[in-house]
Amino acid sequence: MLSDLGVFRREYLRNRTGMFFALIFPIILILIFGAIFSGGSNGPVTVYVQNQDGGSQISSVFMNALNSTGVLRLTLVTNDQNFTSYLLAHSSTIGIVIPKGFSQNFTAGKPINVTIFSNPTDSTAQEVMGVTSGVINAFNLKRAGASAVIGLETQTISASNNYKYIDFLIPGLVGFSILTSPMFSMVNISSEYKKNKLFKQLSLTPLTKGEWLTSKVIWYVILSVISFVLMATTGIIGFGAHVSVTAWIIPFLIIGPLFFVSLGMLVGSVTKSVESAGVVGNIITFPMMFLSGTFFPVSLMPSYLQAFAHVLPLYYLIDGLNAVMVYSNYSAAVLDLAVLAIISAVTFALAIRFFKWRED
Amino acid sequence: MSAVEVTSLKKNYGSLQAVDDVSFSIREGEVFALLGPNGAGKTTTIEILEGLREKDAGEVTVLGYDPWSKGYDLHRQIGVIPQGFKFFDKATPREAVSYYASLFGVKVESDEILKQVILEDSSSKTVFENLSGGQKQKVGLALALVNNPRLLFLDEPTTGLDAQARRAMWEVIRKLKSEGRTVLLTTHYLEEAEQLSDRVAIMTKGKIIASGTPEELITKYGSGKRMVMVGDSLEDIFVKLVGGTMEEAGEIRQ
Repeated sequence: MLSDLGVFRREYLRNRTGMFFALIFPIILILIFGAIFSGGSNGPVTVYVQNQDGGSQISSVFMNALNSTGVLRLTLVTNDQNFTSYLLAHSSTIGIVIPKGFSQNFTAGKPINVTIFSNPTDSTAQEVMGVTSGVINAFNLKRAGASAVIGLETQTISASNNYKYIDFLIPGLVGFSILTSPMFSMVNISSEYKKNKLFKQLSLTPLTKGEWLTSKVIWYVILSVISFVLMATTGIIGFGAHVSVTAWIIPFLIIGPLFFVSLGMLVGSVTKSVESAGVVGNIITFPMMFLSGTFFPVSLMPSYLQAFAHVLPLYYLIDGLNAVMVYSNYSAAVLDLAVLAIISAVTFALAIRFFKWRED
Repeated sequence: MSAVEVTSLKKNYGSLQAVDDVSFSIREGEVFALLGPNGAGKTTTIEILEGLREKDAGEVTVLGYDPWSKGYDLHRQIGVIPQGFKFFDKATPREAVSYYASLFGVKVESDEILKQVILEDSSSKTVFENLSGGQKQKVGLALALVNNPRLLFLDEPTTGLDAQARRAMWEVIRKLKSEGRTVLLTTHYLEEAEQLSDRVAIMTKGKIIASGTPEELITKYGSGKRMVMVGDSLEDIFVKLVGGTMEEAGEIRQ
C-alpha cells in the first residue's frame, strides 16, 4: 500500500494541473473573496431620494435624520425627473420619495406615506427599510410628544471580535477543496484506469483493491492538511481572519477525503465511459459546491433549498468546520462528524463492492 | 510435466461463443504460440489462464492452480504482458520496476531487469508517456520478469511495433526460452509464431483448428514443398539500415 502511495504521489506531483487545482486555486479564491469582502462593514448604502416637498423645513429635517444614521448616503434627485426612470437609468433599485405635502400633513397631524422603492432580492433593501422605519417612528413619537420606553442595544457573542466574512469563507473553501480535488481526480482515474486496463494489470500483483483505494484516501488526507494550512495561513495573515485551529479539525480533514475519494471511485466504477463518468461527476459536484454553504450561509437560501442542503454531505463537512473553527461549538461538530462517518463508511464499502479489479 | 492444462474450455459473451471447446497443454520450458486473426478468441483464452476472466465451462490448471479461484497465489509465479500494455504516464521504467518489486516483496536491481529486456540506459529515466512503442513493450516485459516467474503470458507482444523493435523483442523472448522459462504467446504474425515457438495452435472463431510444431503443421497441411530463402528479405534490409544486427540481416528461414 505504501509503495502504491509513493507511485501515486509521484504521478500527482508531476501533473501540474492537478497540483494547481488542489493547492493554488483555493488560495486564489481566498484572495479574491477576501479582498472583495475585506471592508469589515459594507459602508453606507447609496439611496436616491426625491423630495417632492422640497423647500419645506420638516422634509429637510427628515432627510438630514436619514443621512445622520450613517447607514444611508442620500443622493438627491430633482423634481423634474421621473423617479422610477431615473433609478432604472442609474441601475439602482432603491429609492425614497418624500411626497408633496409632507411637512403640511406632519404639522396638521394628517397621515402621509413616504414611499420606498426596493428590490426584495437585494440584501440592502431590508437595511434601508429598517433605517427609514426607525427614523419615521422617531418623527411620529416626536409629533405625539412622547419618548421611547423600550430601547435596543447590541452585543457580540464572540469572545474576540466581530465575525467577518473571511471567518466563514475559510471553512467553506477548505470544504470546497476537499470536495473538488479527490472527486474530480478519482472519477477520472477510475474510468481511465478501467479503459487502459491498468486495474487488470494491478490485479496481477499482490496489491488488493482495498489497499489501492486506501492509499488514495491517505494521499488526499495529506493533501487536505497541506491545503488547509495554506488557506488558513492566507486568511489569517492576509485578511485578519479569526478562526480557531485546534485538533478538532483533524477528523474532518480525514473523513472528508475518505468520503469524496470513495464517491469519486464509485461514480467511475458504475459509469460506462470516461465521458459519462465526467458528466455524472459534474452533476453531483456542482450543486454540492454551491448549495452547501461554501460561499454563503445556507440560511440565506429559500427553505426548500435549505432542506435540500441537509442531504448534501458537503454541508455537514462545512458545517462541522464552521462549528470548530468559528463558533467553537464542539457538540454540533460531533453530530456533523457522526453523519459524515456513517455515510463515508457506507460509500467506501459500496466503492469496494462495485470496483472491478478484474473482469468476470 | 505440464505447466498449463486446458480441457474443453468455453466462454460466451451473450450469444457470441468467444472460446468454443478449446483444449491444449503446454509443457514446462516450451514456447507455445496461439496463432490466429483478430477476434479468434486468443486474448479471452489467455485472460482465463491468467485468472483475469472467469470461464463458463471446462477445466483449466496453470502451474497446478485454478486461475480464477487461486489467482492471488498464481500471480506470484507468473508474469504477464497484456495486449496494448499501458502504465502510469509519469513513471520512469526504473520507478516502474521498483514499484513492482515492492508490491511483490522482492529485492531486484532495477537496472539489471531493464538490461535483460535491452532497454537503453537513457530511456530508463524517461517517463512512460514519452517512450516509443517498442520501449513501452519492453517496460511491460521488465515488469513481467520482476518476480522471476516460471511462466510468462505474452499477449501480442509485438503488435504495433516496427520491424526493428519486433526483432529486438524476439531476441528477448529467445533469451527467456534459453533460461528455461515457459512462455505462452498470442500473435497474429505468422513469422513470429514460426520463429519463436516450439509448438503452435491455430485458433479461429473460438476454436483450435490445428496444433503442432511449425514443421508438423507445414508438413501436414501444406503441399509438401517448401521454399527456402537464402539471403535478405526487405525486412532484413530495413532492420540493417535502421540499426539491426548483421546476424538478423542474414537470417535463413526454413
